Amino acid sequence: MSDIIAPTKPTAEQGASAASIALMDQLAGPAVRAESPLYNADLATKARQGAKTGGVTLQEHKLLGHLVIRGSQDNAAFLAGAQAVLGFDLPTQPLTSAESGALSVRWIAPDEWLLIAPGREAFDLENRLREAMSGHIAIVNVSGGQTVLELSGPDARAVLKKSTPYDVHDSNFPVGKVVTSVFAKSQAVIRRTGEQNWELVIRRSFADYLWLWLQDASAEYGLVVKD
Amino acid sequence: MLLIYCPHCGEHRDEEEFHSKGQAHIARPLDPDNCTDKEWGEYLFFRKNPRGLHHELWIHATGCRKFFNVTRDTVSYEIKEVYKIGERPSVVATAS
Repeated sequence: MSDIIAPTKPTAEQGASAASIALMDQLAGPAVRAESPLYNADLATKARQGAKTGGVTLQEHKLLGHLVIRGSQDNAAFLAGAQAVLGFDLPTQPLTSAESGALSVRWIAPDEWLLIAPGREAFDLENRLREAMSGHIAIVNVSGGQTVLELSGPDARAVLKKSTPYDVHDSNFPVGKVVTSVFAKSQAVIRRTGEQNWELVIRRSFADYLWLWLQDASAEYGLVVKD
Repeated sequence: MLLIYCPHCGEHRDEEEFHSKGQAHIARPLDPDNCTDKEWGEYLFFRKNPRGLHHELWIHATGCRKFFNVTRDTVSYEIKEVYKIGERPSVVATAS
């Protein structure tokens, strides 16, 4: 019995030949219309017709490339490979992020990072990362599974306070910090990108719900939708 | 609500972010094919339910999604210690 299920551990050589994995560009090309998870909310029309001033501004950064990068911090080839491709080090300190140009990386767990890049670059980045890294690593394109919202404005923090049990005070949440926490009975990766700017990475399946929630939570401050 | 320290994130978080996964340090029988039904049944189904110190497995479910161990007093709910998988607890029940 036990010989059937006995797992075989890949040798170091097998682990290194990551290039043998079949990769697929998930984007169909510019001819096919892409729809973000909030397509049905029609934020473009809301931005045109809605309020122009208010305490909270919401903008969707849609159709970006999201890559989950996993590997051990003890694996020097993994960290060096990421550095070579991205041009900056993966943030190894818990709850931190790193950013350069259009690329940004969030610490998710001790062995997990979320890289967000322009949508068309994701496949190329994935290939280059796989090429540059070796050992026991994983890179998964999750672009279709989540989207990015940006909350900004003087009352953005008040909306966060309603939505998450996490302490978003300056003393606990400086610019650049990343926290994955409960967000309105759903979950979000919350990153502070500026004094009054907060980025939320949310799940596709919760996007509609969170859009409704954010409208409700920011109603008293005045919600401005930006396209 | 409890504030629970996540050893991976390095800070206290709200209880809402965590799930308890029951008793910690349950060793799987080394030779499952040759252990008795009693041994296997105890491994699968039988758990301690102490009054006092209890070592538990928790997961930071909406945070870093990592497992860790918690030593908790089941009477007062006080968390005595949090330690990573593979580490030994320093707070243990004294034999009485």
